Amino acid sequence: MSSSAAAFDARRWRPPPLVRSARLRWLIGLGFALYLAVALGTLEINWLRVWEGLDRGWAFILAFSEPDFLTRWRDIRQGLLESLTMTVVSTVVGIALSVPVALGAARNLAPLPVYLLCRGLIALSRSFQEVIIAIFFVAMFGFGPLAGVLTLSFATIGFLAKLLAEDIEDIERDQAEAVRATGASWPQWLVYGIQPQVMPRLIGLSLYRFDINFRESAVVGIVGAGGIGATLNTAFDRYEYDTAAAILILIIGIVMAAEYTSSLIRARIQ
Amino acid sequence: MMLEVTGLTKRYPTGDLALKGVDLTVAAGEVIALIGPSGAGKSTFIRCINRLVEPTSGRVRLNGEDITRLKGRALRRARRRMGMIFQEYALVERLTVMENVLSGRLGYVGFWRSWWRRFPPEDVAKAYDLLGRVGLAEFYDKRADELSGGQRQRVGIARALVQDPELLLVDEPTASLDPKTSRQIMRLICELCRERQLAAIINIHDVVLAQMFVARIVGLRDGEVVYDGRPEGLTPEVLTRIYGEEDWTAAAPSARAQARGGPETDEERLEGLV
Repeated sequence: MSSSAAAFDARRWRPPPLVRSARLRWLIGLGFALYLAVALGTLEINWLRVWEGLDRGWAFILAFSEPDFLTRWRDIRQGLLESLTMTVVSTVVGIALSVPVALGAARNLAPLPVYLLCRGLIALSRSFQEVIIAIFFVAMFGFGPLAGVLTLSFATIGFLAKLLAEDIEDIERDQAEAVRATGASWPQWLVYGIQPQVMPRLIGLSLYRFDINFRESAVVGIVGAGGIGATLNTAFDRYEYDTAAAILILIIGIVMAAEYTSSLIRARIQ
Repeated sequence: MMLEVTGLTKRYPTGDLALKGVDLTVAAGEVIALIGPSGAGKSTFIRCINRLVEPTSGRVRLNGEDITRLKGRALRRARRRMGMIFQEYALVERLTVMENVLSGRLGYVGFWRSWWRRFPPEDVAKAYDLLGRVGLAEFYDKRADELSGGQRQRVGIARALVQDPELLLVDEPTASLDPKTSRQIMRLICELCRERQLAAIINIHDVVLAQMFVARIVGLRDGEVVYDGRPEGLTPEVLTRIYGEEDWTAAAPSARAQARGGPETDEERLEGLV
């Protein structure tokens, strides 16, 4: 046996710990446990209220067994149609705005000032959750679907432009170079050298964003930006759980149908 | 002279000096092979001619016109006079064969025509004829990524020729192909140049292939021309000057010529190809 093999004891081997110092390891563990205990203490849980809440939750779950589509059908229908309209309009507007922003946000296409401007716009759009943007637009333009459409269009930019710009930055350079070498103008170069390479991704992302926008249209409705969310909120306010259940079932159904369809289409275009 | 390059120098932003004042002239209809080790500046050289890479200094004249000063539309017009063929074919893979070939006409048609793929019928006919010439007439509606390597390079050749170029810039046309396909592609390029009295600069790794097909060889090393002459002149000493120390007896033509009586004239050289 050589000396280095003697220093290694196969039975005592353990993987090296994440934190090397044993003292520090214990300190971190204990500190976290202490914080958790104190934090739970400050929550002031009212157990009576929790008990009542369980009751209401149960009533809500029971409502799912007999959802009421009919009593408020006119409201539900109007809300759904409004949501779908908001989704379609905001997705189309969002894509139309995202494509130029994506071109500007791709470092291999845009000069630095344009790049920074477009990246800044994307960062702005991504840093706010839809509900916050919706509150802002509702405050600006009042209740209703216009605020919702603006919200979702703006949110679409942050999503679509960022991912599309990354795809543009990942293109095969020699394909684009070959098109430039033919004497193509800049717009022709985009259409022949870039667009074919990013088109599958653009279509896939657009369909995906359509799903997201429909789901979000229900959420932004709760803060007054129109659509099925507003109808849902009203149903909850009136304690009409059976109507709320009907609305939720419809939302789930439509989201699932949209996701299934879009995944079919995306699989086709790959 | 149809192409006159004088003092062409390229320094990359990284500080690398890729070309150190290269002088080269190419006569109308003349095909030259540019050989040299990787990193010698071959790719940079031909890209400086059509300004895909901006030269740092020096001059490129194409049939008397100074290319180095051109901007915007004038530069695009100069580019369409130079067809380019690429190592990895550089076809736009999601476009059809016909769209790829027609992209060679982009310098001649307006934006909306190209957007709607409404190229003038003469252009479409010309593209179809060229596809027939390179042996791919029936492939026009196939997508480029359905083709094999040799077929893709044929499409690349058709795309370059549909430009009606005065000069072909060819960058390692066979580096991604098997030996047999490599010969077929080199033969096709050289035949087409002869048919059309087209000048060409062919960057190529493969010395033997260059010697088989091309009558004038230029050797580039570290951004400088170290050889310019006939393929027979590539003695082991010259190859050492271009590539560095190595046993060159298998590649040196004097040895091969003795072994099996190699081609004596350019005519024979080309006849041997057909």
